[in-house]
Amino acid sequence: MRSLCVEPFQNFSSQLPFVTVLWNSVVDTGARRTLTYCSPWKTNHKHEAVLFPLPSRPIRKSLCICLSSSAKLPVMMEEKKKTFDANEAALLVKELNESFRTGKTKSYEWRVSQLKSIEKMVVEREKDICEALYKDLSKPEFEAFVSEIAMVKSSCKEALKELKHWMKPEKAKTSMETYPSSAEIVSEPLGAVLVISTWNYPFSLSVKPVIGAITAGNATVLKPSEIAPATSSLLSKLFEEYLDRSAVRVVEGDVPQTTALLEQKWDKIFYTGSPRVGRIIMTAAAKHLTPVVLELGGKCPAVIDSDVDLQVTARRIVAGKWQANNGQACISVDYIITTKDFAPKLIDALRKGIEECFGTDPMESKDISRIVSSNHFSRLQSLMDEYKVYNKIVVGGQRNQKELKIAPTIFLDVPGDSQLMQEEIFGPLLPIITVENVKDSIDLINSKPKPLAAYLFTNNDKLKNYFVQSVSSGGMAINDTVLHVTVSSLPFGGVGESGMGSYHGKFSFDAFSHKKAVLYRSFSGDSSVRYPPYTPEKQKLIKAVMNGGIFNIILALMGWSRD
Amino acid sequence: MSTEEENQTVFDVAAASMLTEELRDVFASGKTRSYEWRISQLKSVIKMCDEHEEDIADALHQDLSKPKLESIVYEVLVSSEVDWWYVVQISMLKNSCALAIKELKQWMMPEKAKTSLLTFPSSAEIVSEPLGVVLIISAWNYPFLLSLDPLVGAISAGNTMVLKPSELSPATSSLLAKLLPEYLDVSSIKVVEGAVSETSALLEQKWDKIFYTGNGRVGRIVMAAAAKHLTPVVLELGGKSPVVVDSGIDLQIATRRIIVGKWGCNNGQACISPDYIITTKDYADKLVDSLKKELETFYGENPLESKDISRIVNSNHFSRLTKLLDEDKVSGKIVYGGERDEANLKIAPTILLDVPRDSLIMKEEIFGPLLPILIVSEIEDSWDVINSGTKPLAAYLFTNNKKLKEQFVMSVSAGGVAINDIAMHLAIHTLPFGGVGESGTGSYHGKFSFDAFSHKKSVLYRSFTGDAALRYPPYTLGKIRLMKALMTSNLWTILRTLLGLS
Repeated sequence: MRSLCVEPFQNFSSQLPFVTVLWNSVVDTGARRTLTYCSPWKTNHKHEAVLFPLPSRPIRKSLCICLSSSAKLPVMMEEKKKTFDANEAALLVKELNESFRTGKTKSYEWRVSQLKSIEKMVVEREKDICEALYKDLSKPEFEAFVSEIAMVKSSCKEALKELKHWMKPEKAKTSMETYPSSAEIVSEPLGAVLVISTWNYPFSLSVKPVIGAITAGNATVLKPSEIAPATSSLLSKLFEEYLDRSAVRVVEGDVPQTTALLEQKWDKIFYTGSPRVGRIIMTAAAKHLTPVVLELGGKCPAVIDSDVDLQVTARRIVAGKWQANNGQACISVDYIITTKDFAPKLIDALRKGIEECFGTDPMESKDISRIVSSNHFSRLQSLMDEYKVYNKIVVGGQRNQKELKIAPTIFLDVPGDSQLMQEEIFGPLLPIITVENVKDSIDLINSKPKPLAAYLFTNNDKLKNYFVQSVSSGGMAINDTVLHVTVSSLPFGGVGESGMGSYHGKFSFDAFSHKKAVLYRSFSGDSSVRYPPYTPEKQKLIKAVMNGGIFNIILALMGWSRD
Repeated sequence: MSTEEENQTVFDVAAASMLTEELRDVFASGKTRSYEWRISQLKSVIKMCDEHEEDIADALHQDLSKPKLESIVYEVLVSSEVDWWYVVQISMLKNSCALAIKELKQWMMPEKAKTSLLTFPSSAEIVSEPLGVVLIISAWNYPFLLSLDPLVGAISAGNTMVLKPSELSPATSSLLAKLLPEYLDVSSIKVVEGAVSETSALLEQKWDKIFYTGNGRVGRIVMAAAAKHLTPVVLELGGKSPVVVDSGIDLQIATRRIIVGKWGCNNGQACISPDYIITTKDYADKLVDSLKKELETFYGENPLESKDISRIVNSNHFSRLTKLLDEDKVSGKIVYGGERDEANLKIAPTILLDVPRDSLIMKEEIFGPLLPILIVSEIEDSWDVINSGTKPLAAYLFTNNKKLKEQFVMSVSAGGVAINDIAMHLAIHTLPFGGVGESGTGSYHGKFSFDAFSHKKSVLYRSFTGDAALRYPPYTLGKIRLMKALMTSNLWTILRTLLGLS
């Protein structure tokens, strides 16, 4: 590597503040891209944390004292604690189960206090959060605010407002067979739950499920993604500071830590990420019969009819692709299907839209996130460079490996068997597939695994209905992209390959609750019909009762029968 | 029973894969999605029950009341308990169908959802759509109901499906295999009979949902197999369902309800039948006396001879149960019953008083006619006893004390709870039926069955009007400020920002 190398780690007497300094100074001097390499705890060798700041930037001593949360914690853990293994995971779960058993997390007051603390945390530490997101993804402040901070805030707010209502048992009608009785459905917490989150929205995809778990009254462990290290360690620090440590915990780490956690018995596992890991999670969960929510991804199509308002459509596609973490979002548009004739117009409009949003050179734009890691960068690069598609680029195509940037790139008419159309893109590349008739797109979508989202732009009501009826996906937006996730009255979750279970709003509460059916009866109204010895008369009567015919019941009671 | 069946070619992975592919094609044709198809199938289920009541009753007799060693010829000496329960099973199933037929239009209707200021102008709805090809694996203890009740759910939701009835109730299994193709759309609803190898072949396929009723051990296998294809599962398992008996109650009624819930439910071989009783020291003797008295009223002096009680399903289960009884720690604790008849696979209703907590009978699910009674000093201590074990499918409490009821409902976790009765909560279709923890995942009955086999697709509708430049980059400070105000619904700030003041 072409930069200053600090190695081995323990040679520095004051390593902790020093690491921090590197971190902060790098951020301050604007050389953010190098930070992906600065993840000391990612290398599994204990004492070989390696840092690569840009050589051209002097390390400013004045910054030595400002300890950055992001660097301090993981390094300390690496140094002082031994690694988090299955034994420790078991201890952690035991501790949380004990807290749960005391019943404190079940109380309305505890839940409210924790939710308020999260709200407070977000308000007070908004800057830190944005900074961490910038470090991990160069996420623009606007995006960070809209998709991470505001989402979490509004979740808290809604939960605080509705919690009493959500917790109230739901009355259920009872039937003749059990008369006299009353029945209700009681929502009860599941116990100790595990939330494993991901790196693309590392803050909101971590905190939102935790809000659900807290709202439902569970003890919770959060495992943030190691691919967004700054946010991971910030979460670890903030949770410690703001939330009840006995019932809400953060465990940082990657594969070994996650494996250790997965070996434990949880009462629910909530995972956001890829189908590959989703399978591993569910297999691990099966050992303990633990129910799972899997929030996965998929190739989310956008079908564009020819009668649309082109400018608005193009903008909304831009928003749903490059503005959504530069395409690194599970519900961002993966590919477009449109008619042959309309494709050129659409491409023009998209080109214009991209220019309006990110300027003539999007590589220089501050309003677009970078690619999260060099692994993902090279994955995307290989998608672009496949011989079947590399000459299909009609917009963009620029890349900068050093800064992990790829410009918004549009491909026209890529073959269906290209890598680009086979795997989830999860980046700024957007292939456009053309069909003769817009209705053909539905078969194309249905020939692939079910996506997390599907989008349609049209003014044709018939087509809308047909699309909603025949395309299966987690969720849908008609004439827009991504926005359906902001509607808290809609469940958010996948189907088939894109996942199982859902959350957001009350659905988050439900995802972490058990719906316990409760029937109340009194000792009156006991009928001997139910009890042995079973005579033919009794049989007739029970048949009548169960068939619900009042007339039959009367007949049977009088000793007659229509049979 | 069905020698023709056995001569057929074996059902292997290749056959299973062909079967699912066929069903997938049928599903893709869209025919199972139509309201008309669903209704016609539901009506056929009712028709099937009506026209074959006798056959169903016969099959149940064969599976559950007659020792296997005897011939299959219809016997006059059949258990009337099974008669009783076939009536209940058929009625419950018909009720499920009738409810689905009545409510289906309502269930299928997209549910409107509120939208927010952020997406204005827009409308939103939650659309229930079928999942695709689903697999139902049912159990032997209520072989008819537990096969067809989930099937009714899968039909209501518009899926294609395969039913795998339990091989431990062979008569019902082959009857279902015969009747379903006769009455239902054979292109979308299939029955596969068989045991482990057939089930394994089925489990290797990709399903869109697997609905399994049975035990936790197989439940784990089913879920692990499902994980390979990211298939969601409903697992209807069992567990040790406790009954807490407080003093000061109408003891006769409580006792009768316990007896019917235990021995009247397939002789204890039901997932929601009481597994053990917890009561206080002073009350235990009274309770035992009352149980003895009522048991005699119901089943006579020699319950092994009673027609109103089922036998043990097979010799494996018989020896499992006798092992529980013969354990050193518990063999001296029998206060009632204990008789057994190995040739006829019968065990009499048996009550054990004050068994130690570490005995086998208190560790595993009993699933048979044995009923241990635990003694606590305060009735509230029962909560801890229950919560120290795995979560049961059902928990019961008999009391007149309102506070105790509240405490019980709040502190005991179980799939379902019935206060002052046993098992009756499952007859109420407005209550979800399903377990939690070791007793299962997911639920069904009534609309919950429809939901169990549906995907809830959220759909947001927008028009091209009302597009705000605010959403799009480049992000100016003003945009950020306005967005913040919008997202926090701070109207005052919104106004000020729009007016350019700030």
